[in-house]
Amino acid sequence: MNDFTSNGAFRQGGLFAVLLLFWVMLNNALTVETVVVGVIVAAVITALFKDGMSFLTDARLNPQAVLATFLYLGYFLKELIKANIALAAIVLSPNLPIKPGIVKVRTELKSPMGRLLLANSITLTPGTLTVEVGEDCLYVHCVMLESGDVNEATQRIAAGFEKYLEVMYG
Amino acid sequence: METLLDLIGAGLLVLGTAFLFLGGLGLNRMPDVLNRIQVGTKATTLGTLLTLAGAGFLHPDWALKLLLVALFLLFTNPLSAQVLARAAHRSGHVKLSEDGIDHLAEDQGDKL
Repeated sequence: MNDFTSNGAFRQGGLFAVLLLFWVMLNNALTVETVVVGVIVAAVITALFKDGMSFLTDARLNPQAVLATFLYLGYFLKELIKANIALAAIVLSPNLPIKPGIVKVRTELKSPMGRLLLANSITLTPGTLTVEVGEDCLYVHCVMLESGDVNEATQRIAAGFEKYLEVMYG
Repeated sequence: METLLDLIGAGLLVLGTAFLFLGGLGLNRMPDVLNRIQVGTKATTLGTLLTLAGAGFLHPDWALKLLLVALFLLFTNPLSAQVLARAAHRSGHVKLSEDGIDHLAEDQGDKL
């Protein structure tokens, strides 16, 4: 299934293309000089990090995955705004209603990139912060932890993101 | 049209600054390191994103660069927060209240 994207040449090509694109965007100019410099720099970086991880690592390239990426972004932004309003309410309330705790959240995601994105997303959403990544689970700090039930926490914290990341990375 | 863009941009800037302020306030009010990281990360991420968006409306020709800055921010902010949190927990600076749940400490206790 992932034969094509786990192929090194594809990943390096992708990294090179992204670096070059960023360079051109940062320069805001498409002249011969900037492109030549960009190609050289991007090639050197690609060579140095040829075994590194990029967000193309293990990414799936099919229509469902592309759709899932957009849905994921939308869901993520919604959660980010909700997270901030919820935290703002806590910070502004005089008695500071918090009940912190660290809960274990199971994840089905196998690909390192999928798990990285899951951990990052959790960190940026309502009252949760990924503290440590384990074999098949994440340890998440919560500002408001109601119960220490692993399944309930998995549902509440990870399931929303996992649904999309599953399709994108597996 | 010009003034409308300016208005939206200014509004976003104010909103972004408000969230950054709340983040600062939260840093002061929260009792321990993990809770502080929580407010710090979330409020600064949204606050900065809104500020960048506001700047994008005021200077449409900067939009592309601002988008790049926003992307870097989205990728690096949670990472640094997570590494800080992990370091704090590993060095034993995390103390939860008596009845607080800490699965991480429990699981590490099993391994030792």
